[in-house]
Amino acid sequence: MSASQTTPGIVAGRLPPEAYCENFADVIPPLGAHEAVVASDRCYFCHDAPCITACPTSIDIPLFIRQIQTGNPEGAAKTILSQNILGGMCARVCPTETLCEEACVREAAEGKPVEIGRLQRYATDTLMAAGVHPFTRAAPTGKRVAVVGAGPAGLACAHRLAMHGHDVVILDARPKAGGLNEYGIASYKAPGGFAQAELDWLLMIGGITVQTGRALGRDVTLDALAADHDAVFLGMGLAGVNALGAPGDDKDGVRAAVDFIADLRQAADLATLPVGRNVVVIGGGMTAIDAAVQSKLLGAETVTIVYRRGQEAMSASRYEQEHATANGVRIVCNARPVAVHGNGTVREVEFEYTRTGAKGLEGTGETFRLPADQVFRAIGQKLDGAPSGLDLSGGKIAVTGPGRTSRPGVWAGGDCAAGGEDLTVTAVAEGRDAAMDIHAHLTGGAG
Amino acid sequence: MANLATNFVGIKSPNPFWLASAPPTDKAYNVVRAFKAGWGGVVWKTLGIDPPIVNVNGPRYGAVWGADRRLLGLNNIELITDRPLDVNLAEIKQVKRDWPDRAMVVSLMVPCDEDSWKYILKRVEETEADGVELNFGCPHGMSERGMGSAVGQVPEYIEMVARWCKAHTRMPVIVKLTPNITDIRYPARAAHKGGADAVSLINTVSSITSVNLDTFSPEPSIDGKGSHGGYCGPAVKPIALNMVAEIARDAETRGLPISGIGGVTTWRDAAEFIALGAGTVQVCTAAMTYGFKIVQEMITGLSDWMDKQGHADIDAFRGRAVPNVTDWQYLNLDFVTKARIDQDACIKCGRCYAACEDTSHQAIAMKPGRVFEVIDAECVACNLCVNVCPVDNCITMERLPAGAVDPRTGRTVTGTYANWTTHPNNPSAKAAE
Repeated sequence: MSASQTTPGIVAGRLPPEAYCENFADVIPPLGAHEAVVASDRCYFCHDAPCITACPTSIDIPLFIRQIQTGNPEGAAKTILSQNILGGMCARVCPTETLCEEACVREAAEGKPVEIGRLQRYATDTLMAAGVHPFTRAAPTGKRVAVVGAGPAGLACAHRLAMHGHDVVILDARPKAGGLNEYGIASYKAPGGFAQAELDWLLMIGGITVQTGRALGRDVTLDALAADHDAVFLGMGLAGVNALGAPGDDKDGVRAAVDFIADLRQAADLATLPVGRNVVVIGGGMTAIDAAVQSKLLGAETVTIVYRRGQEAMSASRYEQEHATANGVRIVCNARPVAVHGNGTVREVEFEYTRTGAKGLEGTGETFRLPADQVFRAIGQKLDGAPSGLDLSGGKIAVTGPGRTSRPGVWAGGDCAAGGEDLTVTAVAEGRDAAMDIHAHLTGGAG
Repeated sequence: MANLATNFVGIKSPNPFWLASAPPTDKAYNVVRAFKAGWGGVVWKTLGIDPPIVNVNGPRYGAVWGADRRLLGLNNIELITDRPLDVNLAEIKQVKRDWPDRAMVVSLMVPCDEDSWKYILKRVEETEADGVELNFGCPHGMSERGMGSAVGQVPEYIEMVARWCKAHTRMPVIVKLTPNITDIRYPARAAHKGGADAVSLINTVSSITSVNLDTFSPEPSIDGKGSHGGYCGPAVKPIALNMVAEIARDAETRGLPISGIGGVTTWRDAAEFIALGAGTVQVCTAAMTYGFKIVQEMITGLSDWMDKQGHADIDAFRGRAVPNVTDWQYLNLDFVTKARIDQDACIKCGRCYAACEDTSHQAIAMKPGRVFEVIDAECVACNLCVNVCPVDNCITMERLPAGAVDPRTGRTVTGTYANWTTHPNNPSAKAAE
């Protein structure tokens, strides 16, 4: 082994080969059949259950858990998937600690909620392992809908439309479909090629054609899509990455965290993926956590997340923060980058401490420097190249109701649309609801 | 420290915990292990007339499980001992000799003729066992041959056999009763009339634990077929408690010694049977589930509780609950309670609301913020909300004091005992004196 954790610069193979397999295994192992029955028995089957309200896709959680408890995991999966067709991925990536499990009455009672996420995974894994697709496509309507973006919003929209008999074409700019499920989730949350397996399973509904490598604005225009289809759904996510805005942020070694995460997801052999000795991640969301933890798991010696506000303001959940610190990531709060130093290549990042003043966040004047071979920007993504003619809101596509844009016949959902949290599960809900609205319009059921 | 020793119809044991006649007491090996673990006595697995019976060679037990596969009920189709009579008798004699301070009772089941009983009683006497228990209870297999519960279901047979046994042995005779009857008092009275020294109950309840939905065979399945078995374990305890209480408070059988059986799993279960009049308890399923060591929990639990309560010995609390078992018609209708929800303890699951709204009296309001409150004007105090609430003591029943008006009925609580026998709605009511 030539490289180690202390090798300077950005290099691959810092760890012994077997370490990668261990580090990137399922972060939360699946429940066995008996474990699932025991875990499901803890559900109280609450009246008007708070967990359902907390779920952006409103899955009937007490019902599916009771179905598991009574030995019907496939039925449980159908309950889940009828509300959330990507229930398998959401079971893995949802921040359940801030959604259903936070609302669980057992969380209030004993600080130990029903393991809803793991139970959902047990049910959906059982169904998918059986190769069963529990939904059937309605008779073809002859209507054609274009869906831009094969991520969670687009896939949820496409599946629901296909189920109602419409023909759907999904366009995606990347070489593979799946969106953030394929390119943007930490590897240890969905190992084993799950994103593609779930995609293949989803497409079993029929009536959906996927065209990869086709980007809106580059390969096709919205006008053309609208002209050729009865409706268009935009779910292309946020391709742009915010810049640091600090001098030197174009030096070598500074890059977008999302690109690093995507490389990691696509790497056939993680031992070949270079990572810095001293890694600095700037940001306070899930992307920052995922980039930081995976840097550490790839063998970085030190990894520091620097966030400009207090820890309580981080959008990453407390659970995720603890996951990071448990993996050896240091979190520094109340500091903002003011300069990236280095001779062509980053060597240090200079930060200034912050405080909340009368006019909001302000620098204290005190600065410090962190050594860095590699800097990841994780301070948010933005919508690049929104199709002209659509109203925007806060830099995203403005929508009303179930994803209606300002242009008739065009809907939008997921991260590219304004409103809602930027979560997989929220994207699924928006795609699904837009599909139902499109369906109503195409069949004359809505005004 | 409390004295747990018992003297049950002259049979002494250091504690009231006996192993019931069942697979755990089929051989000296098991019984010696039980005595080493601390069991106060055993009822040796039922002996019959040679040649020994045979058992099925497939599964003998079926089960009902709760959460985490906790065994709640066990069902068996095992018959009486399948070992030769002489082998059992020799072992009984040796074990009694080695463990003189433990109770050694021998369970018996032979055909319904006097000579058979006379013969086997003499053979058992030779072992110097402390007593015999007549197995009139097993509901499976032997009952098809006119024994077990086939006898226990006919009071006249019980009386007849009990009388034979008392005539042919000096040993105390305990009659083991089957619960598979409509009124337990009749077989108990018959045993008493026949001169039995005591009754023991309950034997197992006829049952099918489940049906295999792939093969459509009842469980346990023997080559695709099943036969009803005898159900026991925690699930049958309430049935047993009631039957013990019925015998304890019946005018004709009051004072008849009872060995309580049926789902005894913890010291608390045992204490409940004893409070309803039992002089000893017999255990099987708990031992079969957890091994003989559980008796140590039973002994220490009972002893600690008795110390705390100031009960010096078993007789100090035995039967104390019997006077409180009464007929419905004598329950106090002036006892008016209302459910009270402790809002600090409430975890807002809403089960009380669902139960009351859907299946009861619409007496719980669900308010904004998932606050659940009792509507006194609707609450009949049925207790269902208490029973379905997952939090202990979150919902309680609070008695309305004398002088208070029940908003449901508009009546004032009088503070005076009043029951159905004098209620104006009762066509047979007698005028209140």
